[in-house]
Amino acid sequence: MKRIIIILTVLLTTVTFAQNKNAKASIEVDGVCGMCKERIEKAAIRTKGVKSAVWNVDTHELKLIFDERKTDVKSISESIAAVGHDTKEIKATEEQYNSVHPCCKYRDEDVQTITKKKKETENKFICLN
Amino acid sequence: MRKFIILIVLCPIYLFSQEQLEGIVLEASSAKEMPLPGANVYWSGSSVGAITADDGTFSLPYKFSYNKLVISYVGFKTDTITVNENTYIKHVLQASDELDAVVVNSRNQATSKSYLKATNTLFVSSDELLKAACCNLSESFETNPSIDVNFADAVSGTRQIKMLGLNSPYILITTENIPAIRGASQAYGLSFIPGTWVESIQITKGTGSVVNGFESIAGQINAELVKPSTDNRLFVNLYGASSERLELNTHLNTKVSDKWSTGLYLHGNTHQQKHDVNDDGFLDMPLYNQINVMNRWQYTNPEKGVVSFINLRYLNDEKQAGQVAFNPDNFDPRNPGSLSGVETWGSEINTERFEVTTKLGYVNPEIPYQSLGFQTAFSHHKQDSYFGLNLYDIQHNSFYSNLVYNTIISDSRHKVKTGLSFTYDHYDELVNTDTYERTENSVGGFFEYAYDNLDKLTMTAGVRVDQHNRLGFFVTPRLHVRYTPWGKSAWRFSVGRGKRSANIFAENQNMFASSRQINILNSGGKIYGLDPEIAWNYGISYLQGFNLFERKADITFDFYRTDFQNQVVVDWENPYEINFYNLEGDSYAYSFQFEFNYNVFEHFDIRTAYKYYDIKTDYNSGKLEKPLIPKHRLFANASYETHQKENGAQWKFDATYNWLDSQRFPSTDLSPVEFQLDDYSPTVGTLNLQVTKVFSPKFEVYLGGENVTNVRQGNPIVSAENPFGSNFDSNFVYGPIFGSMYYAGLRYKLK
Repeated sequence: MKRIIIILTVLLTTVTFAQNKNAKASIEVDGVCGMCKERIEKAAIRTKGVKSAVWNVDTHELKLIFDERKTDVKSISESIAAVGHDTKEIKATEEQYNSVHPCCKYRDEDVQTITKKKKETENKFICLN
Repeated sequence: MRKFIILIVLCPIYLFSQEQLEGIVLEASSAKEMPLPGANVYWSGSSVGAITADDGTFSLPYKFSYNKLVISYVGFKTDTITVNENTYIKHVLQASDELDAVVVNSRNQATSKSYLKATNTLFVSSDELLKAACCNLSESFETNPSIDVNFADAVSGTRQIKMLGLNSPYILITTENIPAIRGASQAYGLSFIPGTWVESIQITKGTGSVVNGFESIAGQINAELVKPSTDNRLFVNLYGASSERLELNTHLNTKVSDKWSTGLYLHGNTHQQKHDVNDDGFLDMPLYNQINVMNRWQYTNPEKGVVSFINLRYLNDEKQAGQVAFNPDNFDPRNPGSLSGVETWGSEINTERFEVTTKLGYVNPEIPYQSLGFQTAFSHHKQDSYFGLNLYDIQHNSFYSNLVYNTIISDSRHKVKTGLSFTYDHYDELVNTDTYERTENSVGGFFEYAYDNLDKLTMTAGVRVDQHNRLGFFVTPRLHVRYTPWGKSAWRFSVGRGKRSANIFAENQNMFASSRQINILNSGGKIYGLDPEIAWNYGISYLQGFNLFERKADITFDFYRTDFQNQVVVDWENPYEINFYNLEGDSYAYSFQFEFNYNVFEHFDIRTAYKYYDIKTDYNSGKLEKPLIPKHRLFANASYETHQKENGAQWKFDATYNWLDSQRFPSTDLSPVEFQLDDYSPTVGTLNLQVTKVFSPKFEVYLGGENVTNVRQGNPIVSAENPFGSNFDSNFVYGPIFGSMYYAGLRYKLK
């Protein structure tokens, strides 16, 4: 009896684990500035099943909370690529990449370094200036 | 089965094994990011650290209690990064010399309006509060057009504020979202919050959120106080004015442990010089003494997601007003024997207040959008006062508690706040020979849904239901919508209902400084025989930012209408009486405001506003304009500061001009001819100036003048020569009484 309960408990937790309503994931998304942040987060949150998406300009880390029954990291990455941002899993196509604002061209090394320096002093949407 | 056993055995090992945090430190060289060997990486506040290897990588022990990782290297800017979980860290250090070359200074606006919030909210930062060397909260609104500040009457010396043309009882005033100025403290409460304690103010026009209760009608004002963990270690503000008013503020903040911080805030002000500029025999402003002490405790635990505040506060405030020759030692209206041969009229208002407030906030570290907050506030307020032969004492014990739960529906575009609140108020009043005692309590629940499509639309819809022992069971709906059809614009709509019980004596204490007979004309209601006040507020506003000659500018139009379903009408229209009665007919307040803000050139900003009010009530004597409210107002503020030098030194200049249209006096037709006043007051314009010299981030000196053009109202008191006679009245104040006043002060702070 005891064993059955243990097995059941273990099984149940595994099941809920596989079907986690609040699954957490952290993925790396390329981008440079506050404007990218807005675009990345919007794209992520508009993916069905995503509950929360916060992108860190410094670390390029996108923290996600999502319902595993409805979506997965791959579909979220696809939505993000669709607005022009690369993730480890899915790279944006040239066409998608070109849709981002010129100052958000993260593949361009110069844009990256300039924006990073600026950001130190001004945490705002520098791209807009 | 065996697999399970392995799992069970493995798990504890995994848990007990020491976790390592890994990462890489890079330097941003001209073209590419290069690994930076030999950089220091350590946990802040610990001796645990590592040095990066040749390829820039590092590995160091990770514990859940660590959260600040410091990365440093000679010649580079030291960075501290927050680490909430054990993930791979990739960090780029900036060369310190290179950084100077690209410093982009963005000046924080002293006041700002959000383009994104659903409510029409103005953020006032502490920088703005310094513009008027304000000594307390009531004076801190002078550089801001959203709030109107009245001229202080000679007896209380306190400025009342108005929003949308409605008095402060219709505004919910909170400190850190806990209702702070209400009940017995309504009249003088704003002067009980020292200006230096205030970190920032948020002013919301319209009924606002349902989370803080059902009482707000015209708007909400929230003051955030300085926090022990972020305020200066030591702060001293000394202020002295030509009226011989002296003030001292000191803040002492210290960190008790890595989670606890505490602050001790002391405020004292005194004014002991008698002034009678207009020779009417009365003091132009009261003599006073105030001691105000607050001790705050702050607990912060980021790993567990817990933040807590505990505030203890004590206040003692003494005011004396009346005729210059008045000596309170020979006068005690409570002891009729002492009154024989009373020649001089005087008043004393003594207040003692004790407050304990607590806040506990929990944010789920796993699911950051879930949070729980619990607030409580207890206050004991005791005021003993007399105004000539009129006695007024009030004791008010109050308890407030509010539990708020935040979460989302489906995703973070749909946020939900819900919770429960409980309030208890006990009032005990003595008005001349009558005593009034009552208890009010309410239990309520609220639900607020906020939608943000991350683009053009945000919306907040809230509803609360309350069961109140005197107001009954009622529903309070409120809705705020913001829509941005094009860039840098925001249209806002709001509608909401508010309900409150009017504390007629506490809110209208100035009536005691007159010979008027106080009458309550109704007797069936549950609050002094009167019914609760109910109003609907509707608002629309439009904000547009744009560039004018390549400089930032913005304009705002807003239009609000408040419709009273029921109101306690305060009727001054008979010079021998003041009457309180339930509204029969209409009462409404229209307010229109146009604002234009412009950054004319670098470091020079102007703010201008025009306001129009149409406020009418059906009095027993007919539909009349609300007395002592100007129909038109103009406001202008200009501020200039010199470029900040390397050591932080700079000059700041600030000027504020206010012009008020004529104001209707309550009818004096029944008075003898010599005591009759015109129907309307003259117009008034006042100018305030201030100069601040900042020597360094530690030390600054300010010098200023209020009403520098020396505008004065000649005869603010009717029948001043005969204060115990039947025509005496000190309520016809439309302008400054004292004339111009100059002040100087200094601020010293240690980080």
